[in-house]
Amino acid sequence: MTTAPDAPEHTGFRLSQLIYDTRYRSMTIQIVVLFLVMGFVGWLVDNTIQNLNALGKDFNYSFLGQRAGYDIGNALIPYNNDMTHGRALLVGLLNTLWVSFLGCIAATFIGVLVGVLRLSKNWLVARLMTIYVEVFRNIPVLLWILVAIALLTEVAPSPNAYKVNAATGEAKTSMLFESVAFTNRYTAIPSIHFDRSLGSLDTALAPISLNFLAIVLVLLASWFVTKTLNNRAAQVQAKTGVRPTTWWKNLAIWVLPVVILVTALGINPEEPALKGFNFVKGTNVSNAFVALWAGLSLYTAAFIAEIVRAGILAVSKGQSEAAFALGLRPNRTMSLVILPQALRVIIPPLISQYLNLTKNSSLAIAVGYLDLRGTLGGITLNQTGRELEAITLMMLIYLVISLLISGGMNIFNNRVKLKER
Amino acid sequence: MSDTHAQTVAFVRDTMLPQKPAPVGQSGVIQWLRENLFSGWFNTVLTLLGIYVTYSFVMHFYPWFAHGVWDANSLKECRAIITDRYGAGATGACWAMIHERWHQFLFGFYPSELYWRPVLTFALLFVAIGPLMFQFVPKKVIWFTPLYPFIAVWLLWGGTVWAPLLVLAGFVLAWVVFSYVAKYGSISGFSAGAIVAILYFLFVVGPLIDLFQGMIPLGIEHVDSAKFGGFLLAITLGVGGIVLSLPAGIILALGRQSDMLLIKSFSIIFIEFIRGVPLITLLFVASLLLNYFLPPGTNFDIILRVMILVTMFAAAYIAEVIRGGLAALPRGQYEAADALGLDYWKAQRLIVLPQALKISIPGIVSTFIGMFKDTTLVVFVGLFDPLKGIPDFIRADFNWKGIYWEPFVFVGAIFFILNFAMSRYSMHLENRLQRDNH
Repeated sequence: MTTAPDAPEHTGFRLSQLIYDTRYRSMTIQIVVLFLVMGFVGWLVDNTIQNLNALGKDFNYSFLGQRAGYDIGNALIPYNNDMTHGRALLVGLLNTLWVSFLGCIAATFIGVLVGVLRLSKNWLVARLMTIYVEVFRNIPVLLWILVAIALLTEVAPSPNAYKVNAATGEAKTSMLFESVAFTNRYTAIPSIHFDRSLGSLDTALAPISLNFLAIVLVLLASWFVTKTLNNRAAQVQAKTGVRPTTWWKNLAIWVLPVVILVTALGINPEEPALKGFNFVKGTNVSNAFVALWAGLSLYTAAFIAEIVRAGILAVSKGQSEAAFALGLRPNRTMSLVILPQALRVIIPPLISQYLNLTKNSSLAIAVGYLDLRGTLGGITLNQTGRELEAITLMMLIYLVISLLISGGMNIFNNRVKLKER
Repeated sequence: MSDTHAQTVAFVRDTMLPQKPAPVGQSGVIQWLRENLFSGWFNTVLTLLGIYVTYSFVMHFYPWFAHGVWDANSLKECRAIITDRYGAGATGACWAMIHERWHQFLFGFYPSELYWRPVLTFALLFVAIGPLMFQFVPKKVIWFTPLYPFIAVWLLWGGTVWAPLLVLAGFVLAWVVFSYVAKYGSISGFSAGAIVAILYFLFVVGPLIDLFQGMIPLGIEHVDSAKFGGFLLAITLGVGGIVLSLPAGIILALGRQSDMLLIKSFSIIFIEFIRGVPLITLLFVASLLLNYFLPPGTNFDIILRVMILVTMFAAAYIAEVIRGGLAALPRGQYEAADALGLDYWKAQRLIVLPQALKISIPGIVSTFIGMFKDTTLVVFVGLFDPLKGIPDFIRADFNWKGIYWEPFVFVGAIFFILNFAMSRYSMHLENRLQRDNH
């Protein structure tokens, strides 16, 4: 028979217990760390106040309400130099988001294509894709952006090289697909024109095109209708075991209303046309934007290709074999067995690549595209001399963007996580 | 019995026919071509497309490489030579610029008679990391690794030999104090060591260096940070950032795994903040804001300021890599350490960290590759990186005005070789670790 040793006699609280008693020790350590961190932060703040006093500056954001006085070439919302620094910040932020958004789309497209082709049984294509991936991801993205801008400004012809010679009927340079013209000043692309436009809705922030709004509404309605349709099909399948054919109904619901709407609005693309020394119709996109977008997309695509490849390889061969053994056809195997499992592996790193692309878009500084860093952290900072305010605000905005993206990723992860029981 | 059979039945063959070669279409090159390049109409189209792309690339760039000129004094001269040799309209690379300026790409504006110092530092780097990264290096070499940072700083920046020696002495002193006081409790030992180190570095080391230098002046020529540039700068920042960030990264990773709410929160806030902002904004903090945060009158050189921010940046990423390593350790390892009665630090030091760090090495190498590529961003705070800073400087020379592609190719090739080698090494390491664990 064993006897429990006597519990130590309670002798009241001793100070040494704060260090040697595991019940209190963690509390002690945390309080000490809290004091150290607070002391350090206090020291930084104190230094900052002293330095600001010495320079005769204060800390406030009222400069955001002052007149900016500089122009922004690629504003997505109406902007002129009489507007405030706050408005310029917003323009810059939208530019950052716009180039990141388009970059993510292009990078995903190229990345998925390259990743799949790298797994191809075709020896030559697989090797070429490997070369693409290795070359692009082992060289800094800054080089790719600089190469793109150098290509556009040094190699691309001036707009009047596209001028059709009246005598021969030919131009020195012809447009890509008859609709895109790379020049050393800008890239001319077609724009969308509505013959019977609905006009636009003026809001304080920016005018919203009613045409665009109508299209979005119709698409939302289509989405809602197809969802109901598919739910009903699933119910019928659960009841009878036979799934009613829905694919052509779905297709019709997605395509028809939009086609009818845009026909009613009289949509037609407006091709760029040369008049004098410049392209007048269509849209002229600045080279800075094109170079930044191309550099970021090509660089990030190499990483996405690796992610896609790893994701597809991660689904074990037994899964597809089991699906075939169950009698599933190849496309059902792909959509029901392989893709869901591969996507679970692919999506989290894919989103962190989106995050990287968004952060790398601050390299706009290399080409002179006015993004958030170019407006708030660049010209506004230099004009107002408020480094402390401008840079902290800029970091805060980037941080919020990042946290939003990674928050979205966490929600997605929790939804697709394997439910282990 | 088979013998009799063979003799009685005349038509049974008793020798094997010689093997015939496989049909022409089913063997050798033709079979390989058919299986790998032309196995269906889609593959055939892909192959033809691939051949076309390769062909047009080669046709476009090969002449440019082949017509390269190595001996000229300006871009104009290069072009004249190319036109002279290959006719009007021929394109060609002007490698003469690389021939004339390669040292600026590699060393920036480091005095040319002292090039042996960065080269020696780079060579010694391999001695220092050898025992950690390659199995064939004798383990005894590891004593050199902790000394390397001091030697490297001294070799690169020069100056009196007493500075690195006395700084090293400070660490040794702190360690001696720690191990002596630690007999009376590890926490008091740690605190005593830390306090002694802080006091030593704040008040003692400066005068002591002056004193020793006054008595025995020993040293090599001092090189100013402003002279650093090119790959010397990129490698210094990359290696320095990773090495300095390792201790901080380990602490942050442990902090993030900690049970103590406050420490966990601080670690998470720091890591997520740094990972959430672009490096460029941190570099602007280094160049514009750091002077606000430090006591009035503090002013130290931009490379050191950039190094501090790059270290913080790397620490956050390293912390995440090590956290992955910590999470990958089987739960049983932690439980075994607890069962042996080890306290937290002993368990970390003897059981958890050695294994977690080993698993993390490939991740650390990848982080280093990323960091090394990102060091090119320092051009935006006015330093001479090899990708934009140095070429812009060279293009400012009238002789080389308008030279774009040659620097891109040269610098891109060096980056590619270094990073490709490192990523292959990291893959090799991953395979080796996988084998070790089974």
